[in-house]
Amino acid sequence: MADIRNFTLNFGPQHPAAHGVLRLVLELDGEVVQRADPHIGLLHRATEKLAETRTWVQSVPYMDRLDYVSMMCNEHAYCLAIEKLLNIEVPERGQYIRTMFDEVTRILNHLLWIGCHALDVGAMTMALYTFREREDLMDVYEAVSGARMHAAYYRPGGVYRDLPDRMPQYEVSPWKNAKAVAAFNENRQGSLLDFLEDFTERFPKYHSEYHTLLTDNRIWKQRLVGIGIVSPERALQMGFTGAMLRGSGFAWDLRKKQPYAAYDKVDFDIPVGVNGDSYDRYLVRMEEMLQSNRIIKQCIDWLRKNPGPVISDNFKVAPPPRESMKSNMEELIHHFKLFTEGIHVPPGEAYAAIEHPKGEFGIYFVSDGANKPYRMKIRAPGYVHLAGMDEMSRGHMIADVVTIIGSQDVVFGEIDR
Amino acid sequence: MSAKLETLRQNLQTHLGDRLRSDTLALGELTIEVAADDYLEVMQTLRDQHDLGFEELIDLCGVDYSTFGNQPWAGKRFAVVVHLLSIAHNWRLRVRVFADDDEFPSVASVIDIWKSVEWFEREAFDLYGVVFPGHPDLRRILTDYGFIGHPFRKDFPISGHVEMRYDPEQARVIYQPVTIEPRENTPRIVREDTYGDPAHG
Repeated sequence: MADIRNFTLNFGPQHPAAHGVLRLVLELDGEVVQRADPHIGLLHRATEKLAETRTWVQSVPYMDRLDYVSMMCNEHAYCLAIEKLLNIEVPERGQYIRTMFDEVTRILNHLLWIGCHALDVGAMTMALYTFREREDLMDVYEAVSGARMHAAYYRPGGVYRDLPDRMPQYEVSPWKNAKAVAAFNENRQGSLLDFLEDFTERFPKYHSEYHTLLTDNRIWKQRLVGIGIVSPERALQMGFTGAMLRGSGFAWDLRKKQPYAAYDKVDFDIPVGVNGDSYDRYLVRMEEMLQSNRIIKQCIDWLRKNPGPVISDNFKVAPPPRESMKSNMEELIHHFKLFTEGIHVPPGEAYAAIEHPKGEFGIYFVSDGANKPYRMKIRAPGYVHLAGMDEMSRGHMIADVVTIIGSQDVVFGEIDR
Repeated sequence: MSAKLETLRQNLQTHLGDRLRSDTLALGELTIEVAADDYLEVMQTLRDQHDLGFEELIDLCGVDYSTFGNQPWAGKRFAVVVHLLSIAHNWRLRVRVFADDDEFPSVASVIDIWKSVEWFEREAFDLYGVVFPGHPDLRRILTDYGFIGHPFRKDFPISGHVEMRYDPEQARVIYQPVTIEPRENTPRIVREDTYGDPAHG
């Protein structure tokens, strides 16, 4: 018998299934993975160090660029940690708006995840379907913040402004005639809440289309069932959170267990997997989308009935309204101090975690009382999940590595920071 | 929540005794400090005792305290901060351990207790230069191949030391000293305690 040695294969960083810039060095015995060594950091921007040189509010837009498919959730953790240090309360309407947008973001994230995951595994159509729905939610982002992706909508103390009364409309152009525009604008006649409510009515139907395409699909099941099994003990040992932990059978969800924003006032269920394989994680995330839809509906109902402030009235933290800023000395001073020097956060340390679409996303702050953080640490869920790559892929075929990357739902903005 | 954390505090005092340097309950979070020599033993206790039950390590990071409060720092310079989570009890704990030597900071690795720490320790080594004896594969993780220095230390400039560009003459990518000037748009200010307090005049 000839002596056959293992060989190494460089997977990425330009591989389309590497979800960005993952460089994976695989040690193979034939087609079986013996060892996987992810090389990360190709997108490292030192966000944490940059935050040390900027005031507390100036770093909010950096949060969007961490996990760039669930923008507002990152901002949420950031703002929660500052609010904890400052010991201030967010008005109830602000909390409901945050809850609603967290769930919009969760659907956005899961839609991108299922589209790309299916694309990697070989189901082209999914990406086309999910990007159709993402477009509507992106419009919601745009209506509320002016940006389709990098919203910078959450601020320490609440959210930047209240929900708009009208949705932006499509206009007639050389590429869209009046009839097409009228069709596009049909569900955009009312407020943002009306548009979003219309979406929540439509979404279960779209969702069942995904199920039809994938859930009982023979190829999909052959590629996912029994791939990347994580036992409950190993999931804890490897520090998994979010859907990766729930797929292994833990009913652990920070929205239920350590509620923040308005999650203790809305009704939803936590889906839990049984086998801990990629297929179970797929089912968990699919069900999470329906639960998010349910939460959004409840938030819309509440927000319709309860007008009120959306950001704290503590002018040392949040800017005063512009009208009063222009007529009042005190407010003018506050405005000036806030936009030149920034918030002063009392000395101390705080860790705030939220149930991000990918797992537990946490921000740890050390403050020394300055107008800038002394140390910020981002606890990114994808970082921990990718660290489990080696253990999850050992003994699998090289094609299964793609499935495992997809099922971990990694995004390099947050892993490399 | 605070009643729960009081229970945790009691349990910690029972199990750790005088290995517990300090325990602080602030902002709804419990922080304990331990000595670098006791660290490994304490962490093992934290995971294995059922009434502590920290089965998951959420985060580990380095902190450089050298310019804390815009003043020279009197204590030890480097700390390692660990965040633990107990799923069974639904509580969290922050453990801080200061590295004894400022020149060559070193803290025992807890990789045999929680595997999830593997990349976190590599990251703390990469960014702060804290060494973790016992770690099987302490390579750089986030910075470039061949990077020199530990970029998150407070004495490392935000714009770095070198920049990279394509050199048409040598027909390859080269490193050269940075050409941009460091600048600070908003100065870093620590105000006195009574600042902005109307009662103080």
